[in-house]
Amino acid sequence: MSGNGNAEADGNKRSLRKRMRWDYAALFLLAPVFVAVVIAFPDKGGQARHVAWEYFKEMAIILPAVFIIMGLVSVWVEREFIVRFLGEGSGVKGVILSFILGSIPMGPLYVAFPLAAVLLKKGAKVANIIIFLSAWACIKLPAELMEFQFLGWKFTLVRYLTTLVVVVALSEVIGRVFFKHGYEAPDEAIEAADG
Amino acid sequence: MDLTTEVILALTGVLLLLSVVKDRRKTAAALRVAYKGFLRLLPSILAIILVVGLIIGFVPPRWIARVIGQNSGALGVAIASLLGAVLFIPVIIAFPLARSMLDMGAGIMATAAFITTLTMVGFVFLPLEIKELGKRFAIARNALSFAAAIAIAVVIGVIIR
Repeated sequence: MSGNGNAEADGNKRSLRKRMRWDYAALFLLAPVFVAVVIAFPDKGGQARHVAWEYFKEMAIILPAVFIIMGLVSVWVEREFIVRFLGEGSGVKGVILSFILGSIPMGPLYVAFPLAAVLLKKGAKVANIIIFLSAWACIKLPAELMEFQFLGWKFTLVRYLTTLVVVVALSEVIGRVFFKHGYEAPDEAIEAADG
Repeated sequence: MDLTTEVILALTGVLLLLSVVKDRRKTAAALRVAYKGFLRLLPSILAIILVVGLIIGFVPPRWIARVIGQNSGALGVAIASLLGAVLFIPVIIAFPLARSMLDMGAGIMATAAFITTLTMVGFVFLPLEIKELGKRFAIARNALSFAAAIAIAVVIGVIIR
């Protein structure tokens, strides 16, 4: 019995190491390159350092909050609830809800990936999640105000409406062509969400 | 701290408090999920932050405006959408940049392509998206968003002249 437990623990450890490898590798390769570049080009490097630091601060505040929301959703929100409002049969309601959810200004696109993952896992339709991510990416009220200011109302309005139509079409294509037989989350994402 | 950040923090705080009041054990489980997910993404996100820093530090907006502004027609649209897909630029810089592109002679189509791929396609984030949502999902979304961005640009170019 204990042997069994050990083997399982070993297996877990090994798979953990396997999937940790490349992102840590990227980080450990990038960090010295970054430092070297910043030292070699003090002028532009200073700007790079400043930008990286600003993003780091922003992420240090926003990211834990987003993950806590993701955790709460994964524990509290019933699967049936997500299926009913964002699942296969949700129709136009699901599309509209996905747009609204995606338009809540909560930071850059990569913040949305964990949230999208938990919604998919709980039975949301792939097309709706594509809409959610696209809306998150390009429809943000503060951003629209800037666009209006710099590029004019005609450009902003036409781009907004065109994007709306194209994104809905795009989401259907991705859902039907690429996920005909349903969506399967990557193993590690499932593992993590199951705690 | 800007308003967005404050709203996110307030929302998280309220939800967390409600959760604790309702069920402590479930809340602990939620926090465990959050912690695991956070740790899993941390190295990728730190790497992305370094890449973004280098891009913004070493690719001057004026250079982008010049490259897109000087190449009109289909070539301009192609260059603009590729640059938009590869680069990562916050909107605070992107919209003034788009304005100066137009001023330097870029077409509406190229400008729209740039803004749209910039927001919808994220090559910098691709490893992260694959990790969270799977290879099939990430590649399909990015590739088709790229095509969609060009379609959007063409429509805008035809409507606005």
